[in-house]
Amino acid sequence: MAGEDELKLLGTWASPWVSRVKLALHLKGLSYEYVEQDLDNKSDLLLTSNPVHKKVPVLIHNGKPICESVVILEYIDEAYGTTGPSLLPTDPYERAIARFWVDYIDQKLVIPWKVAFTADGEEEKTEGIKQMLAVVQTLEGALKECSKGKPFFGGDSVGYVDIALGGLLAFLQGTEELCGTKPFDIANTPLLLAWVERFTALDAAKVALPDVTKLVEFAKTKRLRI
Amino acid sequence: QIRLCITRPDLLQTYQLVTSLNDYIYPGQPIASYPNPNRVTDRAIPIAETMAGEGDLKLLGLLVSPFVTRVRLALHIKGLSYEYIETDVLDKGELLLRYNPVHKKVPVLIHNGLPLCESQVIVQYVDEVWAAAGKPILPADPYARATARFWAAYVDDKLFPAWLGILLAPTEAARAEKVGETLAALAQLEVAAAECLDGGKKPFFAGDSIGFLDLAVGCNMFWMEALRRMFGVTFLDAGKTPLLVAWAGRFAGTEAATAVVPDPDDAVAFARKLQAKYGSAPPAN
Repeated sequence: MAGEDELKLLGTWASPWVSRVKLALHLKGLSYEYVEQDLDNKSDLLLTSNPVHKKVPVLIHNGKPICESVVILEYIDEAYGTTGPSLLPTDPYERAIARFWVDYIDQKLVIPWKVAFTADGEEEKTEGIKQMLAVVQTLEGALKECSKGKPFFGGDSVGYVDIALGGLLAFLQGTEELCGTKPFDIANTPLLLAWVERFTALDAAKVALPDVTKLVEFAKTKRLRI
Repeated sequence: QIRLCITRPDLLQTYQLVTSLNDYIYPGQPIASYPNPNRVTDRAIPIAETMAGEGDLKLLGLLVSPFVTRVRLALHIKGLSYEYIETDVLDKGELLLRYNPVHKKVPVLIHNGLPLCESQVIVQYVDEVWAAAGKPILPADPYARATARFWAAYVDDKLFPAWLGILLAPTEAARAEKVGETLAALAQLEVAAAECLDGGKKPFFAGDSIGFLDLAVGCNMFWMEALRRMFGVTFLDAGKTPLLVAWAGRFAGTEAATAVVPDPDDAVAFARKLQAKYGSAPPAN
């Protein structure tokens, strides 16, 4: 296998950002070496590959590191443009919409979720839950807009937004136990509920996402820093 | 749609005044045609060509916003004409709420009636739609693109919130903390400069001419000067971040920056309005 294309992924089993990259690599049909990291005792490889943030995921392609999950996803799509399906749409306006929603997920969903999970005060927790549910409601609208009746944000097949949200799925499925509220329900977010069913059934999801029970256990005992 | 094309031989420019039905729905919104100063020195663009090639472009913005400046730089690099609508972000009007209901922020680029939001998304859209016009904004190589996106994300996630925090700090202590964070972010960008400028051999992050990362960093630089005038802190210190300072000078001297980047005093004026609204600690000067 010498001289061939070499992909290495530095990650942690629980990280939703790492799950995103695993999803993309699987969907593209790419093989890679996965190296589990200990974030309490960071490896030299991690520190030299991501000196700025010292975080996972880091994708190392033929020795060159790429950091930040969203940057990695676009890189995979561009470096492997002729391998497997395209992750981003081809139309520039649809690409812009996809990028907008991925940015929205990162800007708006994570923080209230964390507040809902870690808040000590009842008032703070309630506020976190309220904000998180508002964001989820907006994403229900986004799904309707992007899918146009088809199964995924990306249409007939899984795309960039599906991967960005899908990476968070194990956490979303554990939200009821961790935050005290269901993020999706049939009354308010029927499309997202159906999307969750479809997404978790994918081979890629089975490979890339951690076991929900194990994750909930871990999050509770560690008051997880994600 | 009504399109009026006026040739102004006295200014040797061809203006395109485009109004659309949308503007009649929102009466009272100023419609200012923003002439591309580049047109003065460039060849005269035949009207038919611009109308077919560009479609209808409107930009909702705030001139002193770094994110709006970023988009205006991209439009300039591509030689695009557009209608610019200055928006009062402290008193958001219907146009902004209609075209950016999710974030209610500027910039919003409206292309043939379709809105695009988030400056990095807009810049990439402009680069892709008008790939053949002007110069490429993102490089062709996937790894170079990833590097540019990584550092652009760093600017938006670490530099911008830090310097904005200086303006909005409620106490001197909080302000000092934000000043420290801003300086730390700039120190990190010096590392990026060492990497991307090839130790100073290349003039810009993108190479011989400005590109995605130059725009991302460059649109924050007039604010570094504005903050220096307000608070007396030298953010761009040639002793501490020599590569970045040299790059900033070259960036400011480019045709695009000269045409687009606002005067730091305009930023100062806006900052004072912002501080008055949010009641933050007034600066020493």
